[in-house]
Amino acid sequence: MLSRLVLRAVPAALRSLPPPVTVGVLHATRPLHTSQQHLAPLPPLPEKGGEVRYGLIPEEFFQFLYPKTGVTGPYMLGTGLILYFLSKEIYVVNHETVAAACILAVIIYGVKKFGPDVAAFADKLNEEKLAKAQAVKNESIEGLEAAIEQEKKEQWRVEGRSYLFDAKRNNVAMLLEANYRERLLTVYNEVKKRLDYQVAMQNLKRQKEQDHMIQWVEKTVVQSITPQQQKESIAKCILDLKALSKSAQ
Amino acid sequence: LCAAVLLKDMKLLDVKLGQLPSWLAMRDYTPGGILGAIRRGYNRYYNKYIDVRKGGLGGISMLLAGYVVISYIWSYSHLKHERRRKYH
Repeated sequence: MLSRLVLRAVPAALRSLPPPVTVGVLHATRPLHTSQQHLAPLPPLPEKGGEVRYGLIPEEFFQFLYPKTGVTGPYMLGTGLILYFLSKEIYVVNHETVAAACILAVIIYGVKKFGPDVAAFADKLNEEKLAKAQAVKNESIEGLEAAIEQEKKEQWRVEGRSYLFDAKRNNVAMLLEANYRERLLTVYNEVKKRLDYQVAMQNLKRQKEQDHMIQWVEKTVVQSITPQQQKESIAKCILDLKALSKSAQ
Repeated sequence: LCAAVLLKDMKLLDVKLGQLPSWLAMRDYTPGGILGAIRRGYNRYYNKYIDVRKGGLGGISMLLAGYVVISYIWSYSHLKHERRRKYH
């Protein structure tokens, strides 16, 4: 938004420069914008228009004749002219004169009676128009002032940038830390799994060896027991049992 | 002291009577010049009598009176025959 103000200041600055004689891009041989430019507010409208006497003759005429003939000069001139026109019949009196007289009478009566009211009404309309324009101007001024306030606030906020970035940096560091620890945990778990596997393998192997050895030993022992030895051992066991039963009784 | 103004830049009311023919000869009679003169005159009248805060009746009544006078002058050749006396 401030750039728009700068852009608007640029043409004014360019106009204030002395007009160049030969310009690279624009080959102008006559200087541009030599007259003064009035961008400032226009002068206000005059309150009342030029004074007009009897609605027909401007005041300047009376003032023009005043030094030479005084106050009654123009009236004498008017009377003389009218009598001259009538007597020489440059102005002919006919039916149109009567019509003109009636029309003039009606007009003068209307103006005298309704003039002030019409003037007040027109003034009121003008006032409303002016008030609307003023309201628009005031609104735009207020809007711009509010925008200025906003800008100032934004500028104040910019000062807190360092805190914002510190907080963000902390956040990022924390995220990195958490991620690192997660991965560490994963690595630990994976390694543990592999080591457990190795341990289980070794246990399994040892167990299998044990079992196998036991079975083999049993098998060989059983095989080594010949039927002769089996009978002898069974007879011996029976004798032992009998002896035991005798001793128990 | 004011510098001497050229004859052609002086306003009509400042021109002395003897200089009037030369002043009239120096004016700009091209169509553009005439249009410019009409526009200047219109702007002068408008800004003085009509473009004001409290305009009065004089602004337009002068124009209407001028119109009445001009139309009387244009129709005088017909009105001549309605005169009451022949010799004045």
